[in-house]
Amino acid sequence: MTGIRTEPITINLGPQHPSTHGVFRLRVTFDGEEIIDAEPVFGYLHRGTEKLAETRNYVQIVTLTDRMDYLASMSNNLAYVRTVEKLADIEVPERAQYIRVISAELQRIASHLMATGFLLNDLGALATPLVYCFRERERILDLFEMLCGARITLSYMRPGGVFQDAPEDFWPSLDSLIGDLPHYFDELESLITSNEIVLARTKNVGLLTDEQAIDNSMSGPNLRASGVKWDLRKADPYEIYDRVKFEVPIGAIGDTFDRYLVRILEMRESVKIIEQCLEQIESGPIRANTPFFIRPPAGEAYAAVEGPKGELGFYMVSDGGVAPYRCKVRAPSFINLTPLRDMLKGWKMGDLIIIFGSIDIVLGEVDR
Amino acid sequence: MTKIISGSDLASSLEEKLPGCITESNEVDVWVSPESLLPVCEILKDPDGLDFSYLTSISAVDYIDSFELVYHILSMRNNYSGVIKCRCSSKGNIRGEPTVASVTGIWKGADLQEREIWDLMGIKFDGHPNLKRILLWEGFDGHPLRKDYLG
Amino acid sequence: MNHFPGFVDFYTFYELSLKIFQYFGFGDNAQWMSYLTAGVIISFIVINVMILSTAFYTWFERRVLGRFQVRRGPNRNGPFGIFQPFADVLKLIMKEDTIPSEADRPVFTLAPIALVAPTLLIMTVIPMGENSFLGSLNIGILFIVGVTSVNSIAIFMAGWGSRNKYAILGSMRGAAMLISYEIPMALGITSVLLMSGSLAMTQIANSQDIWFIVVMPLGFFVFMAAATAEISRTPFDQIEAESELGSGYNTEFSGIKFAILFLAEFMAPIVTAAVVATLFLGGTKGFDPIPGQIWFALKMFVVIFVLLWFRATWPRLRVDQIMGFAWKGLFGLGIFNIFIVAIEIMIFKTEDGTIGTSNMLIMSGINWIIAIVTLLGLMRIYGHKKLERPTPVPSPLANMGLEVD
Repeated sequence: MTGIRTEPITINLGPQHPSTHGVFRLRVTFDGEEIIDAEPVFGYLHRGTEKLAETRNYVQIVTLTDRMDYLASMSNNLAYVRTVEKLADIEVPERAQYIRVISAELQRIASHLMATGFLLNDLGALATPLVYCFRERERILDLFEMLCGARITLSYMRPGGVFQDAPEDFWPSLDSLIGDLPHYFDELESLITSNEIVLARTKNVGLLTDEQAIDNSMSGPNLRASGVKWDLRKADPYEIYDRVKFEVPIGAIGDTFDRYLVRILEMRESVKIIEQCLEQIESGPIRANTPFFIRPPAGEAYAAVEGPKGELGFYMVSDGGVAPYRCKVRAPSFINLTPLRDMLKGWKMGDLIIIFGSIDIVLGEVDR
Repeated sequence: MTKIISGSDLASSLEEKLPGCITESNEVDVWVSPESLLPVCEILKDPDGLDFSYLTSISAVDYIDSFELVYHILSMRNNYSGVIKCRCSSKGNIRGEPTVASVTGIWKGADLQEREIWDLMGIKFDGHPNLKRILLWEGFDGHPLRKDYLG
Repeated sequence: MNHFPGFVDFYTFYELSLKIFQYFGFGDNAQWMSYLTAGVIISFIVINVMILSTAFYTWFERRVLGRFQVRRGPNRNGPFGIFQPFADVLKLIMKEDTIPSEADRPVFTLAPIALVAPTLLIMTVIPMGENSFLGSLNIGILFIVGVTSVNSIAIFMAGWGSRNKYAILGSMRGAAMLISYEIPMALGITSVLLMSGSLAMTQIANSQDIWFIVVMPLGFFVFMAAATAEISRTPFDQIEAESELGSGYNTEFSGIKFAILFLAEFMAPIVTAAVVATLFLGGTKGFDPIPGQIWFALKMFVVIFVLLWFRATWPRLRVDQIMGFAWKGLFGLGIFNIFIVAIEIMIFKTEDGTIGTSNMLIMSGINWIIAIVTLLGLMRIYGHKKLERPTPVPSPLANMGLEVD
């Protein structure tokens, strides 16, 4: 129809919006319901973690890392302490490595559960799948509480190991959880994976090809959903990942459904990893003999782990003092937002929410 | 295991393609001159050559007398990683705003990271499509990750 | 005067007040005065009963949703938390009633009233028991179709008046969606009218020797889907779309205005359940020791529960998918259903213009087969479950060099 004049409408999606997973702002220009431009605006949660780290000693920084990706504190701890260990050349006892891997994999399950639940919430499923996800996450948080007394901001790991051994009653609880988790996932999948509406909404929506994903430095499940078989746990095994057998699930075409499915499959693999760790773990010391004030020799180190959101890396420069000279975080949530604009263009308002939700970011990590 | 390409190997293969681009190199690191950063990155990304298709991260460090940019790059196909560094300082005023060529044209993943570095460290990236502050607000005074910033 | 007397009927009150006014000697004035009095009393009853039942319904919905979501739901105020809605309303009334400075004040203020009024009006023509209806109307169902269409105007008023971009997006979606879904809804109703041969709600209910849900499942499906969309519940809650638009058309409303919008929104399932119970579930019919009113309430309850079930388990469809579903799916199905039903009626109609019970049973047998075949066929053709997807192939761009295995 000619003669009808239409105007694009610009909407500030956020910072207060139910589906931006925190204080995130997206300046979107719509043509009716179709997105013609989108610009992410963030920084509302910027706390200057990198600057703060320069004034604290190496053990104190562990608490700062908790508050970055607050849904995956264990993985943050692990990435950080691994960098410090690389920097100061600290040997970690074997038992500590197993406990670290177990807790990091539990954290991955917890984080993926949150991602899946909130993706379904973004789809408009009125919290039912979300609450099911929360129910399962709750038991993992209970386990963390046994390990270190905290549930969210854990600060469990220390350069050279973990700060205390797992208590006696931790292992039977973990055993029973590991037994239950596959059933939980089956239940969740029966609710979601074969739901016609979920399929209609997510399939072929928000495509990201493998080339685009690599070019945009995507990492984690988002990269693997695009078909790129790249997992740091396999590609560059750290801790004891070279002693466990697991698959790296990948997606077929890199749409929203693939990103969801890869997360579900990864959770199943995580359960396998924990099972194998439980078989292999032996008693022994849990922390290397390190001083409280670690003074690494002047130099620099970059170490990364495969966090739930992607490659979480720390680049640290030491000048020989008690505090790092520079502590830079390679935040996966932050870098995963790079292709957001390209992914959103041409889709509708409802797709915006689920594409954004399927990238699974945590604003604490984006803004640091 | 991801193989780490040593600085001297990287330097020799780069020097072959583009003489004079390396200012300094040792066993671990290789320093690229800021003027030749862009052609060096193009050589690095070349799928027939070194094939560093993936830019892991860009970091900036303030060494008081100069700023250092650290590019962690990765070749997913061959599973090796490398590090290139670039020392930059603005002419005349050391604490000014040094300018480096933006690599967003080569690796799109540099987009947000370069904006973050401009925001927090105050290094300008020439050719970046949208170089604005990202974590702090427009009109913020100074660049907080610099060593001389008193917050 | 041709009417059915009932114990909560307009004419009951009319005659009662006529007697009273005549007793006090108002003479000629008594007639209009008693019309007025009866009208006020009826409105009073409808409004209060509906508000109270809506209050109860919100509590019920939250409890049931709680059960669906492995949690308890409101359980603090009163026994089983039954006074929760009163606390909520009290809170909303005491809140500041803000009007955005840029808002179109009269439109903004009128919108909640315009939304709640049609919902209440529908209730007046629903026969709720053997002889209990508020106003008998010989074109009851037409009245319902007419009155519900006011909803889209009210929602557009709310969105337009508040001058909020989210609200305007929500209300524009609402206008498009509500108008689209009125057509399949009317088509579903048409098949009922063909069967019953009357527009009066009591007649429709009485003609269901066998419930129409049994006789024409396809018509029920079309009507139910369209009605779910009309009350904008998941999977059709585009108007509110909490995760997309914040709160859609009611973003800017607060205080008592929001309470009224909320009321209209939660009254809609009750009204829908009443309409569905009358049109498809045999209205007040049941077996004997239990009175018709109870049967009606039970049927409403079942429909409400099914609507809640939809809400608790299904995600939302995208806006274009919803419109496509209305025009490509339900519209065709509705026409198809009318076509089938019309042919069957032509075959099975007896001399006196009625369809016997045995013939209805034959019809339902045929219709169930047709419905199942049609729906399964459509699912097979358009369903996403069987959509072919390529098996995941690792991209050649990455190679982890799996020497560790």
